Amino acid sequence: MNGAGRGASVTLADLEKRYDRVNAVDGVSLDIHSGEFLTLLGPSGSGKTSTLMMIAGFETPTAGDIAIDGTSVVAMPPYRRNIGMVFQNYALFPHLTVDENIGFPLKQRGVPKAERARLVAEALELVHLPGYGARYPRQLSGGQQQRVAVARAVVFKPRLLLMDEPLGALDKQLRENLQLEMRRLHADLGITFIYVTHDQEEALTMSDRIAVMNDGKVAQVGSPEDLYDRPSDRFVAGFIGESNFLPAIVRGMEDDVVITECDGALIRAMCPGRPASGDKVTLTTRPERLRFADSAWNATTPQNRLSVTVTEAVFAGERCRYMLQAGDGTSMVLKEPSSAAIRRRAIGERAEISWSIADTILV
Amino acid sequence: MSEITQPSPIAVPLGTVRPLLRNWRRHVPLLLVAPLLIYMLVLYALPVLAMLLRSLNDPTWTLSHYAALFEDAVFAKTFWITFNTSITVTLGCLILGYPVAMGLVRAKTMAPLILVIILLPFWTSVLVRSYAWMVLLGRHGLINEGLIALGMIDRPIRILNTPLATQIAMIHILLPYMILPIANALRQIDPSLIRAASGLGATPLMTFRQVILPLSMSGVAAGTLLTFVLALGFYITPAMVGGPRDITLSMLIAQEVEQLNWAYAATLSAVLLATALAILAVARRLPGVGNAFRMSMR
Amino acid sequence: MILARLVPAVVVGLILFFLAFPIVVVTVVSFSEATYLTFPPPAFGFRWYEAYFSNPDWLNPTWVSLWVAAAVVVLATSLGTLAALGIARLPKAMRIFATGLILSPLIVPGIVVAIGIYYAYSHYGLVGTPIAMVLAHTCLAVPFVVTSVTASLSGIDPRLEQASLSLGATPGATFWQVTLPLIRPGVLVGALFAFITSFDELIVALFISGTGAVTLPRRMWDDLRFQIDPTIAAVSTLTIVLTVILMGAAHLLRKRSAA
Repeated sequence: MNGAGRGASVTLADLEKRYDRVNAVDGVSLDIHSGEFLTLLGPSGSGKTSTLMMIAGFETPTAGDIAIDGTSVVAMPPYRRNIGMVFQNYALFPHLTVDENIGFPLKQRGVPKAERARLVAEALELVHLPGYGARYPRQLSGGQQQRVAVARAVVFKPRLLLMDEPLGALDKQLRENLQLEMRRLHADLGITFIYVTHDQEEALTMSDRIAVMNDGKVAQVGSPEDLYDRPSDRFVAGFIGESNFLPAIVRGMEDDVVITECDGALIRAMCPGRPASGDKVTLTTRPERLRFADSAWNATTPQNRLSVTVTEAVFAGERCRYMLQAGDGTSMVLKEPSSAAIRRRAIGERAEISWSIADTILV
Repeated sequence: MSEITQPSPIAVPLGTVRPLLRNWRRHVPLLLVAPLLIYMLVLYALPVLAMLLRSLNDPTWTLSHYAALFEDAVFAKTFWITFNTSITVTLGCLILGYPVAMGLVRAKTMAPLILVIILLPFWTSVLVRSYAWMVLLGRHGLINEGLIALGMIDRPIRILNTPLATQIAMIHILLPYMILPIANALRQIDPSLIRAASGLGATPLMTFRQVILPLSMSGVAAGTLLTFVLALGFYITPAMVGGPRDITLSMLIAQEVEQLNWAYAATLSAVLLATALAILAVARRLPGVGNAFRMSMR
Repeated sequence: MILARLVPAVVVGLILFFLAFPIVVVTVVSFSEATYLTFPPPAFGFRWYEAYFSNPDWLNPTWVSLWVAAAVVVLATSLGTLAALGIARLPKAMRIFATGLILSPLIVPGIVVAIGIYYAYSHYGLVGTPIAMVLAHTCLAVPFVVTSVTASLSGIDPRLEQASLSLGATPGATFWQVTLPLIRPGVLVGALFAFITSFDELIVALFISGTGAVTLPRRMWDDLRFQIDPTIAAVSTLTIVLTVILMGAAHLLRKRSAA
């Protein structure tokens, strides 16, 4: 599986990392394609950072294998793996100038001075910081330091770039700007990016594919759309975006649509498996995909319907957010775009909500 | 060894690396520390231990030297003087030191100046500071001259070479050891606590007694214990400014060594060392004091 | 109202005066022209400084102290820096033992250390040799070096080492190019403390200086025991100046690297 393009392919096989009695990483297998932007997404303690550290070589797996471009690297120390790495707190050498920081990996590789200067200047251009070479890290802002860190990690043309929550220390506006820059950088360089974050919005924005991790295992791998529209389990549905969960009982199947009973109504959901009649299951749907049935909007796809009572109504600028309660006590959230033309619902009002069957998933 | 919190670049890659190479890397830390450890064992620790051993095996293995201490009037008197002086000095340092610590922490523009005034004598050698007190407290020293000029006395009084002189000089020398830990502890107190107390109706005095003082206790304990332990072992100052008959434990030890009474000197040393270690061991168990010690260790 | 603020300030001021005054007195007395230790001095001059600089009995011990201290700096700084680097990575039990042993000279009463060393060194005929002084003083100076370098080390972001490795630097290259430059302030501060510790050291010197390794503090002590010669005031002032310069430099170095 040698990388045909400029990016390395990475294969994790049954990777395990054990501390005392706990498996921080518990049987992780993943195929990362050459040139893709893959994010490891998960809450703290999910094992995403440990996995990254093992790919980088700072931690040794207690079981399993890591192969880069087809060659196992588990026995290789980090300074021989030729992987670029960007840390959350930048880890720029405080005693070296920006030029010297970026030139550091080139110096280790014996690149002659003139060539070094050229490559460093090129890297600074790449991250939009030309002319900053003589400064020291402490003279730079957080965003600038992060860009220098990226420049340093790519100047020696690695085929793989690892990033450990690099934007975590920055404020929201800056973070969003840098997210776009990272995407652009990925497109320009064409190498493989493995990105670790706990911020699902960030993952959805930047990634080609996301591997959601929980408790040391990979819960689901897929494109942002896959994960958002078709979460494979409750954890993924709850972790990515916001979800409503409806308890229901299976009544029958129709092709790949399951018919269930929920709060006295018949609700249909997309279902890859074949659950048995009478099984207790959970259905999930996204708040922004629900509509009030009586609003001026025409459904074009088959719909589910449910009767609810409005328990809370919050105006949040671009959206109105309603807390609803179904007859069996299940709470749900409905988000609709705010508009002067749409009537705001009152608390205590009874209403019927409607949403597409295609947007209902059984998890 | 935890690899998450303290990733070691010396962590060994598996598999293809030769076993000999692998073992070498793991022992690097020990190789770095070993020279100093061996050096100190041979040139300091073992000599001190060998000397202390004389208290137990002279002429043969015996506890008689320690037993003899109980009947020893000279030892009793010396220990009493040493202990007494140390307590007085520590109390003096506490009373004088706490206000200065508060001043240091509270001051805004004057803080660097205050720090310099505390550090300057602190950096000066004990010998020079003791000499300074000889100058001040001597027959023609400033104190006497001043008292005569004020008409309070006719002739110079004897201050030098008295226990009082020892105490004054020791307080002067040990004061920074009291001030710095207390200042550290005071600095740790969250200023919003003081504002909260004030907002809840406490007068400055009440705030001090009920908020500041309790929270500074770890520093007070650290400073007090440190000062006391140091005072117990003082040699130069009592020898220089103290009375000829006021012999501290360390002076007694020195005298006995000069007369080559090694067993006796070793026994006394062991007692002094044990006392110091016992006090420090107790101190470390008190909450917060351990940290205060570490931070004040220069 | 003003009184409430004034009284504590005055109290603190008086205590600070108490702290500073003796040092000032020594300095003033050193410029006295009188033969006795009187204060205030009747006239001012450099008499006692001339007495110091023209007297080999003072200059020789000064020279001994200076070069012993210099040797101690070299020895203590090298041994101590290496040890500090190693201690950080030792397993817990070993680390506690090593730290305890190395820092123990700070805790063991000076007299006990002094006679212990005297006991062993006299056995091997080392009393009265400058080498013995260097060897003994190094033990007393090393705790300061180790403490200072350790403090410097712990201030280094552990990710820097990882970053260096990820960029292709071997552990050796990482040490030379990243760790060592960053601990330099700590090493320097430790060296300054080592110098002053040795230069001012008296208790051990009293026992092992003999006649062949008389240090300046030992000479001052003898002088004070047998005759009160105001030259001591001049010597004291000079050592105060030296101490202030060196300790002041150390203090500034520490503040700068903490920034």
